Amino acid sequence: MHWQSVLEPQGPQAAHLHWLIVVFFGVCAAVWLLVMLVLLLGLLRRRPAPVPPLPANPASERRAGVIVGSAVGATVLVISALTVLSAVTTHAISADPSDPLLVQIRGHMWWWEITYEGDRPDHAFITANELHVPVGRTIQLELSADDVIHSFWVPNLAGKMDLIPGRDNQLSFSADHAGLYRGQCSQFCGLEHAHMALFVVAEDPAAFERWRASQIAEAAQAATPEQARGRDVFASRQCAACHTIRGTPANGNIGPDLTHVGGRAWVGAGLLPTTRGSLAAWIADPQGVKPGTNMPMVPLGADELKDVSAYLAALK
Amino acid sequence: MTDPRIAPDTRDTQVPAGLLERQLGRVWGTPEGFWAALATVDHKRVGRRYIITAFIFLAFGGVLAMAMRLQLARPEGRVIGPDRYDQVFTMHGATMMFLFAVPVMEAVAVFLVPLMVGTRNIAFPRLNAFSYWIYLGGGIMLWSAFAMDMAPDIGWFAYVPLSGPQFGAGKRADIWAQMITFTEVSALAVAVEIVVTVLKQRAPGMSLDRIPLFVWAMLVTAFCIIMAMPAIMIASSSLILDRLVGTHFFNPAEGGDVLLWQHLFWFFGHPEVYIIFIPAVGMVSSILPTFCRRPVFGYLPLVMALLATGFLAFGLWVHHMFTTGLPRLGESFFTASSMAIAIPNGVQIFCWLATICLGRPVLRTPMLFVLAFFFTFVIGGLTGVMVASVPFDTQVHDTYFVVAHFHYVLIGGAVFPLLGAIYYWFPKFTGRMMSERLGRWVAFLVFVGFNLTFFPMHLLGLRGMPRRIYAYPTEMHWGGLNLFVSASAVMLAAGFLLFFIDAIRSARSGEPAGDNPWDAPTLEWATASPPPAYNFAHIPVVTGPNPLWEHRDALPVVTGLRVERREILVTSVAGAVPQARESSPRNSIWPLWTAITTSIMLIWSIFSPWAVLYGSIPIGFALVFWFWPKGTPEDEA
Repeated sequence: MHWQSVLEPQGPQAAHLHWLIVVFFGVCAAVWLLVMLVLLLGLLRRRPAPVPPLPANPASERRAGVIVGSAVGATVLVISALTVLSAVTTHAISADPSDPLLVQIRGHMWWWEITYEGDRPDHAFITANELHVPVGRTIQLELSADDVIHSFWVPNLAGKMDLIPGRDNQLSFSADHAGLYRGQCSQFCGLEHAHMALFVVAEDPAAFERWRASQIAEAAQAATPEQARGRDVFASRQCAACHTIRGTPANGNIGPDLTHVGGRAWVGAGLLPTTRGSLAAWIADPQGVKPGTNMPMVPLGADELKDVSAYLAALK
Repeated sequence: MTDPRIAPDTRDTQVPAGLLERQLGRVWGTPEGFWAALATVDHKRVGRRYIITAFIFLAFGGVLAMAMRLQLARPEGRVIGPDRYDQVFTMHGATMMFLFAVPVMEAVAVFLVPLMVGTRNIAFPRLNAFSYWIYLGGGIMLWSAFAMDMAPDIGWFAYVPLSGPQFGAGKRADIWAQMITFTEVSALAVAVEIVVTVLKQRAPGMSLDRIPLFVWAMLVTAFCIIMAMPAIMIASSSLILDRLVGTHFFNPAEGGDVLLWQHLFWFFGHPEVYIIFIPAVGMVSSILPTFCRRPVFGYLPLVMALLATGFLAFGLWVHHMFTTGLPRLGESFFTASSMAIAIPNGVQIFCWLATICLGRPVLRTPMLFVLAFFFTFVIGGLTGVMVASVPFDTQVHDTYFVVAHFHYVLIGGAVFPLLGAIYYWFPKFTGRMMSERLGRWVAFLVFVGFNLTFFPMHLLGLRGMPRRIYAYPTEMHWGGLNLFVSASAVMLAAGFLLFFIDAIRSARSGEPAGDNPWDAPTLEWATASPPPAYNFAHIPVVTGPNPLWEHRDALPVVTGLRVERREILVTSVAGAVPQARESSPRNSIWPLWTAITTSIMLIWSIFSPWAVLYGSIPIGFALVFWFWPKGTPEDEA
C-alpha cells in the first residue's frame, strides 16, 4: 500500500516528475547556499574604522558592478536551463501511448464515478472510488465533473489534473508494480473535500481481466432470505431512487453504482473499510459519518438496516 | 481657523520663524475632540489609523491560523467541524490578504510617501480619509458575518461553481464578493493618491533618479493596483450578478465558463502578491542603506527591477492554473514568464548583497529583520521557481508545499521587512523608539518560529497532504509533522505577541527619538518625530538621492508659500521643477458619511439589487456636501 507520496514514484510518469523535483531541489539548494554564504561573508568582512556614508569608493563600486552583472547572467542561464528541463519533462510524460486503456472519471461532491467503456456496449460498466488498472499498460483518463471543480491526484503514479464542469481533461499514467495507491481530491470542493479519496488498484493483466469480467456481470443474486429481504427494502425505499444495482429494478443515477459495492474495499470514498458493520453504520447515519454528504438518512427499522447491509455486503 | 491677524495672501517669508510654525500648525492641524478626529484628512493621522487597524486584523487572522493548527495537530481532529473550518481558512486568507497585507503596505505609504517626497499632505486627502473608512467598513462587515456564522466558506479565491448560485447557499459568497468591492474601492483610492503625490508633489529637485526607493516601489505598486483591480471588479460583479439576478457568466450549462473566473481572478490575484511584495522590497531598500552606512548599491538596476517586476506580474497569472488542462504552448509560455520574474528579483538580491558587502552593517533590530528576510525570502523565491515549472507544479499544486511556498514569500518576503519597517519608522510614527532588547527577541522568535512552522510543510506537501482539508486519517502518517508544525506555530505566535506588547509599550513610554535617530538619508527624517501637521515648515529642496547625508547642517528650502491656507507645491513629473502653488483640502466629516452611506448601499445590495438604485441617493447627498464650497481660502483657485 502506497500512502500518497511524490517521493516514492511507482510509475514512469511519477518517476520523471520525481527526477525533475530532485534536480530542481539540488539546483535551488545550491543557489540558496551560495547566497547565504555571500551574505555571511559580507557581514563578517573586516572593515577599517567607520567613515561617513558619502562618498563611495568608485573602484570598489565598479568591481561590485561586474560581480552583480555576472551573477545576473548566471541567474538567466540557470533559469533558462530549468525552463528547458521542465519542457523536456512535460514532453516525456505526455508521449502518445499505444493501445491505452480508456477510463472515464467523473467527479461528484464527494466521490468518484468511474466508467470503463469496454469493447462492446454491453461490456461497459460503472463503479466508484476504486480504479483498477493492469500493471504496465498506459491508462488514459477522461476527466469531467458533475457539480464543482475537483482534482484527480494519485501522487505515486502521476501529477494532478482538474475535473472541471463543462470541460473535459485528460491524464495518462501507468503503474510499474502491482499494488494499492491512494489518491485524493486536491481542489477544494466544499464541505467534505477532506474525505474524497480514491484508490488505484494495480494488478497483473490476468487478474485485471478477471476483475473486469466480474464487474461486467450483473449483481449477485440474494443467497439468503436475509439478503432477499434486504434487496426488497433497497428496491422499495428511497435507496433505488439514487443508486443503481444492475439486475434489479434499482436504477437511480445520483449516487454511486452499487452493483458490486461489497467487492470494493472502502465505503464513503475512502472513509471506512467495507464490512457489513460499516455499511450499516453508513446507511444508518450518513451525516454522522461524513457531515454534509448528499446521502440522506433513510429511516429504516433495525431489521431493515440489518437486511440491507447484509445484502450490500454480499454484492461482491 | 486662520489667525485673524494674518492678512489674506500672506507668504511664509513675511512671518517670523516662531509664529510661522504656530500659524502653519493652526492651518494644517486637527483640533482636539472626537468629531474633529473623525474629520481629519491629515495623512499621518489617517496612516497611523490605517496601520493600527491592519495590525488588528493581522492579530485576528493569526488567531484563525492558530485555530487551524489546533485542528490539524492530530489526525481526525475534532476541534472544528468542516463547515466552520471552511469559514476559518477562508477568513484567514481573506483577512490576511485583503484586510492586512495590502492595506498595511498602503497604510505605511500613506504615512511615509508625502514625507519622503517632501510635501505637506497626500494628494486628494479627503479621498484618503474616505478610503480608510470604507476599508474599515469592509473589515467590520466581514468579521460581523463571521460572528454570525455567515462568513464565506469558499476559499479566498472563491472558485465557481462552488461559489455560484447552485452550490454556494445562503449569503456567504455574496459577503465575500462585497468584501472585495470594499477593499478594491479603498485600494484604488489610495493608489490614485500615491500616483499623484509621487508624480506631482515631489520637493523641487527630486528628479526621477533621486526618488527614494520605497517611493518608487509604492509608485509601481499603485500602478499595479490600478491595472489589477478592474479584473477582480469584473469577476466579483459578475459573480454577484450570477447569484443575485440570475445571469450565467460562469454557468457552463447556459454557455458560461467556469475557467473564466479563474482567469479573471488570477489576473488580479497574481499581481496582488506583488502589490504586497513590492512595497516590502522598497522597505528593504530603505532600511539597508541606513544600517549599512552607505547609499544602496545599484539604484538604477533596483528601479528597473521594480518596474520589471511590476510588468511581469501581469504575465504569469496562469501559473495558478497549471492543472486545469492548458494547451501545451500556453504551458511553456507561462512557465517561461513565471521563471523570468526570478531575474529582476535576482538583480535586487545581488544589489542588496553588494550594499552589505561594501558597507559597514550595524545589526540593529530593523537590520535583523532584513537578514531574516534574506534567509527566508530566497527560499520562497526558489520554491517559486519550482512551482513555475508545469510538470513540477502538477505534483505540488494545492498541497501544503504551496502553502509553505507562499508563506515563505508573503511572511518572509513581506511581513519580515514590514516588521523591520515598523521598528525603523516607529520613531517617526510616534516620536519614540521601540525597545532594542525586546526587538531582538521578537526577531528571534518570529524568525525561528516561522521557519520551524512552515519548512516542514514543504515535506507534508510532497508526502501528499492537500490544502484545505479539515481532517486527515491516521494512516497517512502526517500526524507527527503536523504536531511539530502546530507546536512551532506557538513560538511564531509568541513572537508576534511580543511585538504587539513592545509596540504598545513603546508608544506610551519608549525613549524619545529625536528627528533622525538612525542618521538616515531620506527626507522623512528631516522633520520632527512625530512630524507636525504641516510636515515641513519650509518645503526642502533636493540636490541628490541622499539629501540628509549630502546636507549635514541644513537643507536648502523653498519659500513663498501662503501661510493662511493649506498650500502645497506642484512640481513637474520628471524633473520636479516647481510649477504651481496648489491648495490642499481642509478637514471634513463628509468622507466619513460618504463611506457610511456607501457601506450601507454595498451591504444592502447583497440582499437586493434595488439597493444599487436607492442606496445611491444618500451617497449622492453625502458627495454633494463633500464638494460644497465652504468659502475658505482653499476654495480660491
